[in-house]
Amino acid sequence: MVSALPVLLAVTDLSIAANADGRMDPILQGIDLSLNTGEVLGIIGESGAGKSTLGLALMGYLARNCVVTAGSVAFEGTDLFKLAESRRRDLRGVRIAYVAQSAAASFNPCRRLIDQHIEAAVQHGLLEPQKARDEAAAIYGELGLPAELALRFPHQVSGGQLQRAMIAMAMSCRPDVIIFDEPTTALDVTTQIGVLSALRQVIRNHRLSGVYISHDLALVAQMSDRIVVLRHGRVVETADTATMLQAPKDDYTKSLWAVRALAKPQRTDTGLAPELLSIEALDAHYGAFQVLHNINFSLTKGQAMAIVGESGSGKSSLARALIGILSPTNGRVRFEGTVLPSSYKGRSADQLRRIQFIYQMADTALNPRHSVKTTIERPLKLFFKLPSAMREERIRSLMAAVELDERLLHRKTKSLSGGQKQRVAIARALAAEPSLLICDEVTSALDQIVAEEVLKLLLRLQSEMLLSILFITHDLSAAKAVSDRIMVMQKGKIVEVGEAQQVLTSPTETYTRELIASIPQLRVGWLDEKISAARAKRQAI
Amino acid sequence: MAVVALICLVSLFAPLLAPYAEAQVVGGSFEPWSATFWLGTDSIGRDMLSRMLYGGRNTLAVTLSATVLACILGCTLGLVTALAGGLTDLLTARLVDVIMALPQLILALLALTVFGTSTASLIAIIAVLDATRYYRIVRASAGNIVALDFIEAARLRGEGYVWIASSEVLPNIAGPLLAEVGARFSFIFLFVSSLSFLGLGIQPPLADWGGMARDSAALLAFGDITPLVPAGAIALLSISMNFIVDWLIDAQTGASS
Amino acid sequence: MQEFQRRNFHVSRHPVASLILRRIGLALVTLLAVSVVVFALVQALPSDAAEALLGQNATPQAVAHLRQELGLNEPVVARYFAWLARLLSGDLGRSLANGLPVSDLLRDRLANTLFLFLVSATASLPLALLLGLACATWRGSLFDRVCNIVAASLISSPQFLVAYLLIYLLSVSWGLFPSSADIRPGMATQDKFYVAFLPAVTLCVIVVAYMLRMTRAAILDVLGNDYIRMAILKGVKQRRVVVHHALPNAIAPIAIVVALLLAYLIVGVVIVETVFVYPGLGQLLVDAVGKRDIVVVQAVSMIFATAFITFNTLADIVSIICNPRLLYPRA
Repeated sequence: MVSALPVLLAVTDLSIAANADGRMDPILQGIDLSLNTGEVLGIIGESGAGKSTLGLALMGYLARNCVVTAGSVAFEGTDLFKLAESRRRDLRGVRIAYVAQSAAASFNPCRRLIDQHIEAAVQHGLLEPQKARDEAAAIYGELGLPAELALRFPHQVSGGQLQRAMIAMAMSCRPDVIIFDEPTTALDVTTQIGVLSALRQVIRNHRLSGVYISHDLALVAQMSDRIVVLRHGRVVETADTATMLQAPKDDYTKSLWAVRALAKPQRTDTGLAPELLSIEALDAHYGAFQVLHNINFSLTKGQAMAIVGESGSGKSSLARALIGILSPTNGRVRFEGTVLPSSYKGRSADQLRRIQFIYQMADTALNPRHSVKTTIERPLKLFFKLPSAMREERIRSLMAAVELDERLLHRKTKSLSGGQKQRVAIARALAAEPSLLICDEVTSALDQIVAEEVLKLLLRLQSEMLLSILFITHDLSAAKAVSDRIMVMQKGKIVEVGEAQQVLTSPTETYTRELIASIPQLRVGWLDEKISAARAKRQAI
Repeated sequence: MAVVALICLVSLFAPLLAPYAEAQVVGGSFEPWSATFWLGTDSIGRDMLSRMLYGGRNTLAVTLSATVLACILGCTLGLVTALAGGLTDLLTARLVDVIMALPQLILALLALTVFGTSTASLIAIIAVLDATRYYRIVRASAGNIVALDFIEAARLRGEGYVWIASSEVLPNIAGPLLAEVGARFSFIFLFVSSLSFLGLGIQPPLADWGGMARDSAALLAFGDITPLVPAGAIALLSISMNFIVDWLIDAQTGASS
Repeated sequence: MQEFQRRNFHVSRHPVASLILRRIGLALVTLLAVSVVVFALVQALPSDAAEALLGQNATPQAVAHLRQELGLNEPVVARYFAWLARLLSGDLGRSLANGLPVSDLLRDRLANTLFLFLVSATASLPLALLLGLACATWRGSLFDRVCNIVAASLISSPQFLVAYLLIYLLSVSWGLFPSSADIRPGMATQDKFYVAFLPAVTLCVIVVAYMLRMTRAAILDVLGNDYIRMAILKGVKQRRVVVHHALPNAIAPIAIVVALLLAYLIVGVVIVETVFVYPGLGQLLVDAVGKRDIVVVQAVSMIFATAFITFNTLADIVSIICNPRLLYPRA
């Protein structure tokens, strides 16, 4: 089947290296792949795999410090890197177009969307400005955007709309191929599904070929006919989407698949344990803007509760109110039977010790100039005043508990990997022997596989140490993996609270249902089902 | 690097190296370059070479004291206000804004009129004015650090100000600060030389390169390049210093990336 | 954001108008604060100002006269407002050194300095912008590197070295231009240009060196943005990328560079005027400081300060106007 179609883009033995102070760091090594006419090729990989460099190379573009050290990128048989700049320019935007991850950064802030939209078509002499504007209106309609939106400046348009506008812009010259580099990564799930559907329909309607780059396997599975798995700048595996999903061959690919399977075992003793934390009628404001509205919930000892919500839902504000950084304007926080002072400054050392907080960005949560030892040792010194021999021993056992190699003890934290940093942060929190651990999006900055290991670690620690955990996340599957109960938030209000299983399988609220339905599933055809369901619903109305 | 080291060494040992004393009149007015007076003599017959050696020493001493003083003053103020926040921070920032709303040279001239041109007041005035730049740098970079999660984590642990300032913030701003000290040193050196050139910096009979360039300026009209020697020496030191600073900055960005 | 809008609702209909008004207000407040500083410094004289200024030979009459002149017999606040009122009405007091009204001393010199300032600004502004743009466009080329090294060396050199070198080359060796700028009132304009040529060139050389580096950095900063890459990926020509995509975004940073240039010229004037014996404000200031003529120093400082603050304010206003986020607020 594959061989019957003409090859549009062919990458042969491509190697690209970055020049770092005279030293050449390889980014891509010996990449072979091809894109056939009418096909969408998925490229999947974690951060640092070289996805974006590859995506740009498909346009014949290299970052300033990069060089092609071997191989070629051929569009319809001509090597893009051997073409004169002017010939390359003739192809870019016209035959091959590009959709970037961040629309907010990729639109020129000084110019209206319409001027940027028609620029390629007009500059390449394909269309008269007026004709180009008319066509723009048509494409905007197709993508579900109001035509007058084009007259706005980028900052006047919401994230989801701006991303659609960029897809529309890529369509302005009716290209043969569009390169999509993580086009929905910056969006919330409920916004993402709309953009995905629009994208899918445009590709279908115009019989576009495309390259879809993402770190999210479920998304790539929806969008592409074939998938290439990239790791450390090399192709690990290439296969049809269906084959890849059913029978991954490479170990790395298999491990990517396994992540989705994680789920916390059901607990039977919930409700019997004494209450640890209770929040009563909590309101909070940033200036005049209310971020939390009448929050009430409680947590028992040893329980893990996930707080799920999209950006702006107030989930992080709630965490900040609990640790005393954001002082509530109304209501109170009762912890182990006593009402906590609203600011951390008023809390006793013991109260500070018993609630520990783990940050989303381990990069900024650890002092980069401190060693692992200093970092973990500090709470031991501060809260327990242990003699140094005992401290040393305690540090080693904490490092063992978070599965950190003892040899890292004297390393500066800035030299650690993302996953290692997050483990150090967890060890530092555990050193205080807390009874409540608040985790704020602790896995969202990590790659899928590393994130899964951290989740497993938290799960194990929780059951071993009988910790209570508040797990704040935007990711329902992560919530499912670690929590007994789930609380859904939207616009600063609680939407729904319940047993994890019950919330996930039979949610009572519309918003929860929408949220769950928007999460891409790892099977072929999920997006198509969503699109036809939405269409059916529209027709019914 | 070598140039800076050489000039520092020569300045340090000026009394040993100089053929004549700093203010000793040893010849006629404006004698040409000769075996006795390698660089000739100045307007009242003092040996130019000896005055060059002493002049470097004097200017460097003033520059160094002003730099150190300014750095201590500015850093302390910047760290304290960054951590304290609130009204203290706001008032200090406004005050510095006002001081920096004026060219440094104009303010320095104003202050010199009032406090006189003694060496002590020269150092103090420059130090106070330059401390505003250190304050800005430290306040800004400490401000960035203070906004990071690990500072919040430290506060949530109940750490005191002293620990946060010395162990959490300072190590993270030391790098850029060091480069700044180098850059400011070079700037103050130029500034002191310029003031001396205007006759308002280091006062006679003490020698200094800016003043010597001014004193011998008349020779230029006769095609004698003697005035270029002290002026060139100032440029040489300042340029080499800037190369060191650039190298420091490169080394830092290289290490961090 | 919402809070911000609510708070400003009554200030003005358009946020840009209110921001500009606020910026001008801030400039006025700063200027007032500067006047306080300038005034306060005089009050901070170690001992009695009058005696200190007149030195040991002061007769009691002279001291009494000077006290009267400086208004030292009245309370500080009253003195400040009296001084400010006189300043605003154009009465700058009398020089302590020769008793002439300061405004008379200033008149010709202000014109001379403005002449020098305008000549060097008009020459250096386009030159610096073009060179900076060229360096940014051909980043890393030989041209760029040479420009950078020359500019860096000039910035680290004392201004009088640049002046001396120019005198040595253009005046002494080739005899093209006079080394001292003897400007007299009523001189023909072309003669003025001839006499002011060397000081103006000196200022230009120094200012261009500064501006070139800053313009280059500002443009490179803009060129590093994602939307520039997007324009390239749309197949837009390089010229168009620079003119249509980079420049509109670089106006604000360049305006700030220009303000700095003008501010720098103010300072440069002081030293360059001294070297070339150019009868301008800078020379007057240096003379006055030497004689500790505080009244003249106060007046000249206030003029320089006003100019400096005006330029900075103008630059900020330009960058406010050029910011589409402020110009076209969210509906």
